Amino acid sequence: MEYKVFDRTKPIGEFVEGPDDDIIVCRCEEITKGEIRRAIYDGMYTVNEVKRYIRPGMGLCQGLTCGRNVKEIIARELGMSPQELEESTPRPPARPVTAIVYADCRGEEEK
Amino acid sequence: MKRYDLIVIGAGPAGLSAAIEGAKAGMRTVVFDENEKPGGQLFKQIHKFFGSKEHKAKIRGINIGTELLDEAEKAGVEVNLSSTVIGIYPEKCISVNKGDHIENYRAESIIVATGAAERMIPFKGWDLPGVLGAGAAQTMMNLHGVMPGKKVVMVGTGNVGLVVSFQLLQAGCSVEALIDAAPRVGGYGVHASKVARTGVPFLLSHTVVEAKGKDHVESVVIAQVDEKFRTIPGTEKEIEADTICIAVGLNPMSQLVRMTGCEMQDAGGLVPVCNEYGETSIPGIFAAGDVSGIEEASSAMIEGHIAGLAAAKYTGWIDENEFIEAVKIRTSSLDKLRQGMFAPQNKGKKIENTDEGIPVSKSLLEKGYMDDEEMERYPGVVKKAGVHPVIECSQNIPCDPCQEACPFGCIKVGERITDLPAVVEDSTCRNCGACVAACPGQAIFLVNEDAEEKMGTVSLPYEFLPRPEVGDKGVALDRSGRVICDAEVVKIQNVGSFDRTAVLTMKVPKEYTSSARFFKKEVY
Repeated sequence: MEYKVFDRTKPIGEFVEGPDDDIIVCRCEEITKGEIRRAIYDGMYTVNEVKRYIRPGMGLCQGLTCGRNVKEIIARELGMSPQELEESTPRPPARPVTAIVYADCRGEEEK
Repeated sequence: MKRYDLIVIGAGPAGLSAAIEGAKAGMRTVVFDENEKPGGQLFKQIHKFFGSKEHKAKIRGINIGTELLDEAEKAGVEVNLSSTVIGIYPEKCISVNKGDHIENYRAESIIVATGAAERMIPFKGWDLPGVLGAGAAQTMMNLHGVMPGKKVVMVGTGNVGLVVSFQLLQAGCSVEALIDAAPRVGGYGVHASKVARTGVPFLLSHTVVEAKGKDHVESVVIAQVDEKFRTIPGTEKEIEADTICIAVGLNPMSQLVRMTGCEMQDAGGLVPVCNEYGETSIPGIFAAGDVSGIEEASSAMIEGHIAGLAAAKYTGWIDENEFIEAVKIRTSSLDKLRQGMFAPQNKGKKIENTDEGIPVSKSLLEKGYMDDEEMERYPGVVKKAGVHPVIECSQNIPCDPCQEACPFGCIKVGERITDLPAVVEDSTCRNCGACVAACPGQAIFLVNEDAEEKMGTVSLPYEFLPRPEVGDKGVALDRSGRVICDAEVVKIQNVGSFDRTAVLTMKVPKEYTSSARFFKKEVY
């Protein structure tokens, strides 16, 4: 798929508060639409950047619920179509794994 | 690192079907599923499926799930439950989280059948308890026996929204309204009709503005939208409800398959680019079911079979000829399901006429039921002396159990399973009720305009409890759910082959036999 890279030298104007900025978009991490929009004006122009900056999609459901909505908010703010915007990078673990599982240092044979 | 010939991720309809083919070809096959129970969404589907006999039509999803599990077990498929695949790595290696530890597996081929997740729309108050996905409501009702709420507003009129609305009614909830931002009902007209005739209003071109309530949903504010889906100020309406079900579509769960680095495309959600056999751009990695494009369970099962065969061919467990023969049968079966108005290629298109050239019912699309004056143009709706079937099936959907159900040859669907069913001229209905119970869309009625001098009878499919009894008096409702006359139950048929769809015959004044389509015992 061909994604578009947003031109970072292009000014996107000032952040303007929206009437629905207080709506929660990412339920797991409790991130509002306003926080996501502000992150864009702080210079976060990709799903990955917004995710690392304020954590939408990094909670229990790993973005299954909000992923698409976050992408749509960023795309709209940048005047792009959501299809043009690259999704966040998929990487393991696809589901939350408790630290104790990763800390388990038993060998394969013992399990 | 444990080695298998084939790894399947997901034990839903696609994954199990794929695993069955793999195991039958002789491959050591293992399936992983993160859930405690196998079957994916099948065990939540208590309604009868569409399609033809080869697609297990008129069998309830839950029973199809049981059959599939039996078949998988017989084929020697190893199903690992509560086993979450957390990563796919190069060389077809995967990590699986099983309880307190992680195990690593490797196979020659991997079939990804991870399904889809419900899409959500954020609105004010959508994070209040009481707002849930329609699928979640289905899980509560049909798997755990828990009522999601008392008064429900359903958002979305696709098949999921329609089917779940009916199931909510069956569970004893009151569905206050079905709303959709689109100007037309998205799902099958027959699904809409069976909900509408119980009295549920359809509000098209409407959206949710806000869920109100202190610590849970107490009411929902809806408003009309214009053709660009912007809310029209001043059209807000507040509906008392404790539950809002969201059925606005599904997102393919393609995170895992994307880890392989395969080529992706946006087709109503991010899906892998696959060839006709479900193989992604990476040889030996296949995708089947909703993860490769949202469809329904019947198609998912066939896609699974095809991907399973393709995986078997890829590693040489079956030869080219065996593969071509086996796939040909599956492909032709899949093509039958992918025809008609709701076929993937018609998605989003506005269809004006049926394949037969009959104008589609506008009222069905805008209100969820057919107007009286639109009825007569369909080949299944006829007036005859004596008892006869009235088939209120007006859309080209892939479904033909009615034709086979009638032992007396009164119903004919025609060449393609998407053709509209017609009542055969010169045929004699024996009033057995088999067609009424068999129709997965609950769209067939047996009507006798002249049972008595002033009274006629209407037999209808009835799937609610408590079941009325002969002699019960109540009211008849028309297709819109409006009470039109008094009615008395004169017969209840509920034989085993009807599979829990009772056929209720009610006596109504003659002039109402063409409009009375539902019975309610309560007197208003």
